[in-house]
Amino acid sequence: MLSSWFVALLSAAYFALLFAVARFGDARADSGRSIISANVYALSLAVYCTSWTFFGSVGRATTGGLSFLTTYLGPTLMLLAAGVIIKMIRISKTYRITSIADFIASRYGKSQSLAGLVTVIAVVGVVPYIALQLKAIAASLDVLFAGSGHAEFFWGLDSAFLIVIVLALFTILFGTRHLDATERHEGMVAAIAVESVVKLVAFVAVGLFVTYGIFGGFSDLFAKAAASPELAQLLRPDPARAGNWTALLLLSALAIILLPRQFQIIVVENVDESHYRRAVWLFPLYLLLINLFVLPLAIGGLLDFNGQNVNPDTFVLTLPLAHGANALALLAFMGGLSAATGMIIVETIALSTMVCNDLAMPWLLRSRWLRTVRRQDLSGLLIGIRRAAIALILVLGYIYFRAAGEAYALVSIGLISQAAVAQFAPALFGGMYWKQGTQAGAVAGLSAGFAVWLYTLLLPSFAKSGWIGQEFVERGLFGWSWLQPQALFGLSGLDEITHCLWWSLLANIAAYLVVSLLTRPDAVAASQAERFVDIFRHSRVDADTRLWRGKTSSAALVGLLERFLGAARANQQLAAHAQARGLADWRELPADAAFVHFAEAELAGAIGSASARVMVASVAQEDDLGLEEVLDILDEATQVRAYSRELEMKQQALEAATAELRSANDRLRELDKMKDDFISTVTHELRTPLTSIRALSEMLHEDPEIEAADRTRFLSIIVNEAERLTRLINQILDMAKLESGRAEWATSEFDFGQLAREAMDSLYQLFREKNVALDYDVPEHGPLVLADRDRLMQVMINLLSNAVKFVAGDDGRVVVKVSAADGLARMAVTDNGPGLTAEECSVVFEKFRQGGNTMTDKPQGTGLGLPISRQIVEYFGGNLGVESQPGQGASFFFTVPLLAPEQ
Amino acid sequence: MAHKILIVDDEPNIVISLEFLLKKEGFEIAIAGDGDEALAQVAAFNPDLVLLDVMMPKKSGYEVCEILRLDPERAKLLILMLTAKGRDTEVAKGLAIGADAYMTKPFSTKELIAKVKSLLGVA
Repeated sequence: MLSSWFVALLSAAYFALLFAVARFGDARADSGRSIISANVYALSLAVYCTSWTFFGSVGRATTGGLSFLTTYLGPTLMLLAAGVIIKMIRISKTYRITSIADFIASRYGKSQSLAGLVTVIAVVGVVPYIALQLKAIAASLDVLFAGSGHAEFFWGLDSAFLIVIVLALFTILFGTRHLDATERHEGMVAAIAVESVVKLVAFVAVGLFVTYGIFGGFSDLFAKAAASPELAQLLRPDPARAGNWTALLLLSALAIILLPRQFQIIVVENVDESHYRRAVWLFPLYLLLINLFVLPLAIGGLLDFNGQNVNPDTFVLTLPLAHGANALALLAFMGGLSAATGMIIVETIALSTMVCNDLAMPWLLRSRWLRTVRRQDLSGLLIGIRRAAIALILVLGYIYFRAAGEAYALVSIGLISQAAVAQFAPALFGGMYWKQGTQAGAVAGLSAGFAVWLYTLLLPSFAKSGWIGQEFVERGLFGWSWLQPQALFGLSGLDEITHCLWWSLLANIAAYLVVSLLTRPDAVAASQAERFVDIFRHSRVDADTRLWRGKTSSAALVGLLERFLGAARANQQLAAHAQARGLADWRELPADAAFVHFAEAELAGAIGSASARVMVASVAQEDDLGLEEVLDILDEATQVRAYSRELEMKQQALEAATAELRSANDRLRELDKMKDDFISTVTHELRTPLTSIRALSEMLHEDPEIEAADRTRFLSIIVNEAERLTRLINQILDMAKLESGRAEWATSEFDFGQLAREAMDSLYQLFREKNVALDYDVPEHGPLVLADRDRLMQVMINLLSNAVKFVAGDDGRVVVKVSAADGLARMAVTDNGPGLTAEECSVVFEKFRQGGNTMTDKPQGTGLGLPISRQIVEYFGGNLGVESQPGQGASFFFTVPLLAPEQ
Repeated sequence: MAHKILIVDDEPNIVISLEFLLKKEGFEIAIAGDGDEALAQVAAFNPDLVLLDVMMPKKSGYEVCEILRLDPERAKLLILMLTAKGRDTEVAKGLAIGADAYMTKPFSTKELIAKVKSLLGVA
């Protein structure tokens, strides 16, 4: 048995530690050296694991087996949707959102009534959950002292009430130090992170003790469980409960972000978006660790207390106690305490902010009393309201705990709470991604969902607790059986949570969608919709200044800030704003749209966006922008974006076109250079014969006394060169015609071999003069081809005359071979001349590139014969080529397609 | 003593006309048909002036001109380039690498004689 004094002392020491950590965190935050790192942020997210997790999941595992896991898989899946959460964080930071109620209200036109509705749902849904935590602390004390009476009253006071007082003090100290909620509570977050570590260590320690201390490790435990039919059941997933699993998965996925404390920690308390990326894997890891020993503890407890009536929810404490490990039991108690207090602290801060900003402030702003104290600093009043709200919420929780006791309504409140906050989902997520969602739609959806939740879940739980009659649960309201709260419209066979979730979300989403589509937003709501949905696209200042028109005075705005933030803090924020705008002194700030929006955002951080809007409107003469006007402006913004996208696309197209043009230009330039080179070459070729002609004829002309022999010689040169010039000009024109595709072709059917014979005959004289042998292998008839007879004759003569030109006189030998194969007629002219190098083989077909060895003789010719021949042959779909080795002679050949048989 | 002129061209008919023309003016003539031959003849014949064609096998007129200009002993050697390529860039290139004058083909015989004489300083 443990001494109650010792436990009290230990608890006090633990709270002192939390105070110290929070104090340190706040001091560091004030000096600008934040201790909130990515790890601290991720650990603080574990405020999700309440005493319900710490004690309750073992209890649930003893009946539901593996289904307790859904509560941890859901959050993991939700966190993985990082884009959604980051967007939420960005919106909240940009618009100084203070709570989930503020978020939803701000999106739908900064509506005070919507903020109030969300707050009421949150308070109704969550206060019992706070009561559950108090109960867990009280129950764990009961176990520790085993009903010795020490737990119930301490110094004549209820121990749970003592805890409430300490928590209220702590929460007030670190939750309302600054008024501005978006200023965040770094000290509190640090303390919560410490609590997360404590509960994890405690739970794992108990798990290790049971698994390895009482039993022989995991395998021993599971082997023993498998031996018992009842326990083996726990280890198998139950397919019949798949629907339930899905509902629990959805519920916990929504709860991780929609529970007020979770929104507070994940969104409002986030210091740096990048921290979230760490939390995405670190927090699931935490969940995995804390769940590792749930099943071993459940099985261990059932085995160990076989038959004894021990509440499975207390196994974490009773197992160590039963085995005399009192210190470990104390640690487990501290873990449970930290799980409960962490939840209570953050939940209370979140709820008190909502109650203050969204319930108390709107009422205050309307009251006559506030108008009478218009000139006063109200920041003190605000903090007072918030502190009162904290105390009130804790007291409400305590009262509920006292009143409910062991009632069902308290025990099952965890899931019931989560189902309540799940109602925020359509309005929240819809608002982030769907611009058409309207305020009326959000109110309708929330109201419908909340009403269904009340009717199908909360009231039946009251009935089960015996607080109201069971009548309506069993028979339906007014005796109408289709109104049975847990079998609505005859839908039975589901467990109550699944049933409620199905009907409430269906009603909620349907009402939200239908009413949104039927109503039009007002001007403020339309612009807020734009800002929320397109948060990543808008530069905020731009949108703000475009959507505000009016007159105000700087003094009035400064006065407003000083009233709600207090003079010191107002001046500090004003100075920062002025500096951001490049002004040395905030007194120089013009009363423009940007200043108005700065002031409104600062106020929103303090009193919520809905109240902030009312306050700013009271000192500024705003031109009331009609809905049409706002839509025009937003449309303009959309158009500007569309234009800029279009412009971007056009620019890309332009760049592509430019690149294309550039490459076309390069090609043209290359072609131009080729043409230039060609003309230069042609000029050279034409000028060369002309030079001799001119020089010689001038000499003959000027000197009549030239000897007759010289005269004759010169005249003959002139005649030859003139012929060469004529030939050259003809060939250049021919080439030009072929290349430009303007050549005229006289196609006919003829005997290819016959043509070869004619070509040889026409050059017979040339061969004889040079004494070159001409052999041939040409068939008697055919092959037949369809082509231009004269053109092919030109090709054959070109090849034959080239051959005779390059072979040596006297032992020169040329062989002509005509054949047909593969649908082609082929003529080869093979000589025993000097042959060509590989390089010459390719250049010989280029214009003005004459082959041959010029050591001996300059080859006579224009350098256009082969290029022209190639053009002709290729026109008919044939090929002209050469096979040669230096010193081995050359074989020029060409092909043309045979006449197709059917032709 | 007659000035010595080396005619360098690969077109036999042009060589014939130049040789006849210059001999009639009383110059002593030698002939080369390509770049390598031209360098050999410069060494052997030791001309006062070279009539140098540009487009030739083996070594172009530009190459021959550059090689000759590298030889300090031939500093006084006159080079008159003749080419059928008449573009400005080619004229400029010829003068840049050290030709004394440049004429395009086809040339006027009178102008050629006048140019040769003025280069040689013969009245």
